[in-house]
Amino acid sequence: MSATFGPVQQAYLLEARQMQALSFAVHIPLVCFGIAFPAMVLRAEWLWMRTGDELYRVLAQRWTKVMVALFACGVVTGTILSFEMGLLWPGFMGTFGAVFGLGFALEGFSFFVEAIFIGIYVYGWNRMSPRAHFASGFPIVAAGMTGSLFVLAVNSWMNDPGGFTLRDGVVTDVRPLRALFGNGHLGYELVHMYLAGFIVTGFLVSAAYAVGRLRGHWGRYERIALTIPLTVAALAAPVQLLVGDWAAREVAKTQPTKLAALEGVGHTERGAALHLGGWYRDGHVEFGIPIPKGLSLLAFHDPDAEVQGLDAVAAADRPPVNVVRIAFQVMVSIGTFLAALSAWYLFARTRRRRVPSGRWFYRLLVLAGPASLVALISGWVTTEVGRQPWVVYQVMRTTEAVTAADGIPVGYATMAAFYACLVVAVAWILRRLAHAPMAAGAEPEPEHRPAGS
Amino acid sequence: MLGIGLPELPLFFALQGVALYAVLAGADFGAGIWQLLAGRGEQARRIREHAHHSMAPVWEANHVWLIFVLVVVWTGYPVAFASMASTLAVALTAAGLGIILRGVAYALRSASRGPAEARAIDTLTAVGSLLAPFALAAAAGAIASRRVPVGNAAGDLWSSWLNPTSLMAGVLALLSSAYLAAVYLAADARREGDAEMAEAFRSRALVTGSLAGVAAIAGAVVVRADARWIFDRLVDTPAVLSVGLSLLAGAATIALVVRRRLDAARVSAAVAVAAVVGGWALAQSPLLLPGLTVREAAAPDNVMALLVISILAGGLILFPSLALLFRLVLRGSFDAEQVLAPGAPVPGPTQGIAAALTATRIAGACFVVGATLLVLGDSAWPHAAGVAALAAFVVLGLSALAGEDSRE
Repeated sequence: MSATFGPVQQAYLLEARQMQALSFAVHIPLVCFGIAFPAMVLRAEWLWMRTGDELYRVLAQRWTKVMVALFACGVVTGTILSFEMGLLWPGFMGTFGAVFGLGFALEGFSFFVEAIFIGIYVYGWNRMSPRAHFASGFPIVAAGMTGSLFVLAVNSWMNDPGGFTLRDGVVTDVRPLRALFGNGHLGYELVHMYLAGFIVTGFLVSAAYAVGRLRGHWGRYERIALTIPLTVAALAAPVQLLVGDWAAREVAKTQPTKLAALEGVGHTERGAALHLGGWYRDGHVEFGIPIPKGLSLLAFHDPDAEVQGLDAVAAADRPPVNVVRIAFQVMVSIGTFLAALSAWYLFARTRRRRVPSGRWFYRLLVLAGPASLVALISGWVTTEVGRQPWVVYQVMRTTEAVTAADGIPVGYATMAAFYACLVVAVAWILRRLAHAPMAAGAEPEPEHRPAGS
Repeated sequence: MLGIGLPELPLFFALQGVALYAVLAGADFGAGIWQLLAGRGEQARRIREHAHHSMAPVWEANHVWLIFVLVVVWTGYPVAFASMASTLAVALTAAGLGIILRGVAYALRSASRGPAEARAIDTLTAVGSLLAPFALAAAAGAIASRRVPVGNAAGDLWSSWLNPTSLMAGVLALLSSAYLAAVYLAADARREGDAEMAEAFRSRALVTGSLAGVAAIAGAVVVRADARWIFDRLVDTPAVLSVGLSLLAGAATIALVVRRRLDAARVSAAVAVAAVVGGWALAQSPLLLPGLTVREAAAPDNVMALLVISILAGGLILFPSLALLFRLVLRGSFDAEQVLAPGAPVPGPTQGIAAALTATRIAGACFVVGATLLVLGDSAWPHAAGVAALAAFVVLGLSALAGEDSRE
């Protein structure tokens, strides 16, 4: 059988990529909450079971409402992403579906477990024995972990493809397990993203309570609601710096062109400098602050190591340098800021045995919430745009993957309008739930009609 | 005839997914349609509330069947999947928009206050509930009427799914969704002891069940004129057996609803809808798309074997979980709230300052060890050990900081 799919004429490839990126950018913050928030809700519920203190139950139930609303949005945005895989990239799906598809098949079961137990957990509040209810939350946490594993197995395969032989556009000798779980990128991508889930969720939730504190809403409830997510995020953020460093060294080894784009290295050189800030033009970083030999040292642990430049590959095989580089620098800067803020918090907690008391800490924490989201999206821009022009790294170009169908701009505009409404709806929901009177927090379903009424 | 070998097995599972999606998610969409048709006033409000509360715990799990079908088809039959998705891009986008509306409406519902807001949100649900099943069934009609050729967007983006067969499939899907929902909602209302709602949905089930029967007959005429190939195969063995089963089950459901045997009607209504999917599959077999048999479309054998193993293993987790969810829902465990005490407090580790200090120090040591291994390590094993040490840092850190601060 010969290849059914090949390069096509598609005037709107960039729009197709932007549409996919937009869908992803809307979905991925919801994924973070899917990964991390159930564990935080369970933590509060566990404290209720252990102490019998109603405050924890109120907290867990109020958070449950947030969790289920965000999960519902995550379900539908995730569905759109899976539709778009086929709608926008039939060449990719038709050629490589057999190689990586198994990862999504496995993810499908994680998704099932998550959806089923979210239903049980949410509607089981005050309707099941507390122990059974608490136990019903664990599969959600486990499914968040396995779901990340399977999805990232696919993404890491796209960056480090193996487990198949391509002959005349048709894959043969397919080994899906080797492709998904034997590629070199899965380890750091998984750890990096899983931590990001806890960092983004932790900083966003605690930022909401930091806003309240700056406005004078501060009591025992608010303090506990702030510390549960912030403690997790503050422990994860310093670890993330180390994992990020590990990731960058792996990229240096296996995707030298991506590294060259991240750092704006135009020409292959020994003892390459690291540039902070600036703008890449004509093979050099302009207006950046250079750290001599910094890049060689960081990426290869050798101040005189050779760093491959963008000129090692044809111009058509290079990613858009400034997009990738700026995204990377934004991610690293925010990551460093979050780690520093975390160190402040951890110091106060361990040395002074209390949460920080200065207003500035809370002002920075308010900033840290949205900043963590920006870092998350910048990180994905770094790795995904850094992979360009390849959909499967050095195997298939996005021009070979894209649909031949017309009307991409219309689909893009429609989807963007729907996503804008979705974002507004989520903002409205969160605001509403935050402002719900405390007493309502003790009722899981304020609108619930008692049976027989 | 019915040769199911390894290349066909994943499709066999996917078709069961299609049938389950049609039955379960179909009922969710149907509930949304009833919210739209509820009208105004107190009874309308109660209809909308009942439709919402019956479906809210299960809609997400029901929805995942669609994802299951997608991922099995794209792994097992990648060329066929890519051909379908690219030609049916408009139909699938419409379905996707409908699904967004539904999910967001559920999210909005969890934060809404008062009947006016609920009504506005239910309108969103209803629009989504009309759009998604119609577009998905129209896409199925496109495949059945051989309008999806093999290739990258090789068929027409519009006429592939806006044609007599697809429109008929769409209308039938809406009617059968409304019908399924009415049967389920009537049974749920009776379980909750709400006789008024049970009657309201019972009469709705009778009306839509009859309409669906009429539409099925009209549909047969339309399909015969528009897509003779699939029609001839639908009225021939073996497909005709499944189609006949569907008609029998549909008629039986109406009889059961008339006699108020609602729980039995639940089952026969599901059989009626699922048998349509079975009939379609049998009629089209062995062709997946024009000129492409299931066997030709199948991924290599080792991939199919892994896929089947994954589905079976996943099923071992999935079906007990689903059984638990549906048992809780159908027994009414989620109906009435009772305030439960947490029981005797569980004695946890009461942590002194000294213990917390020790945990802090060990956590710090783990961080240093993990950082060293991760930064200086140069192969997979030191990296794995480093990640493990850093995980220990996070866990120990959490336990060290677990105590609630007593002062501020």
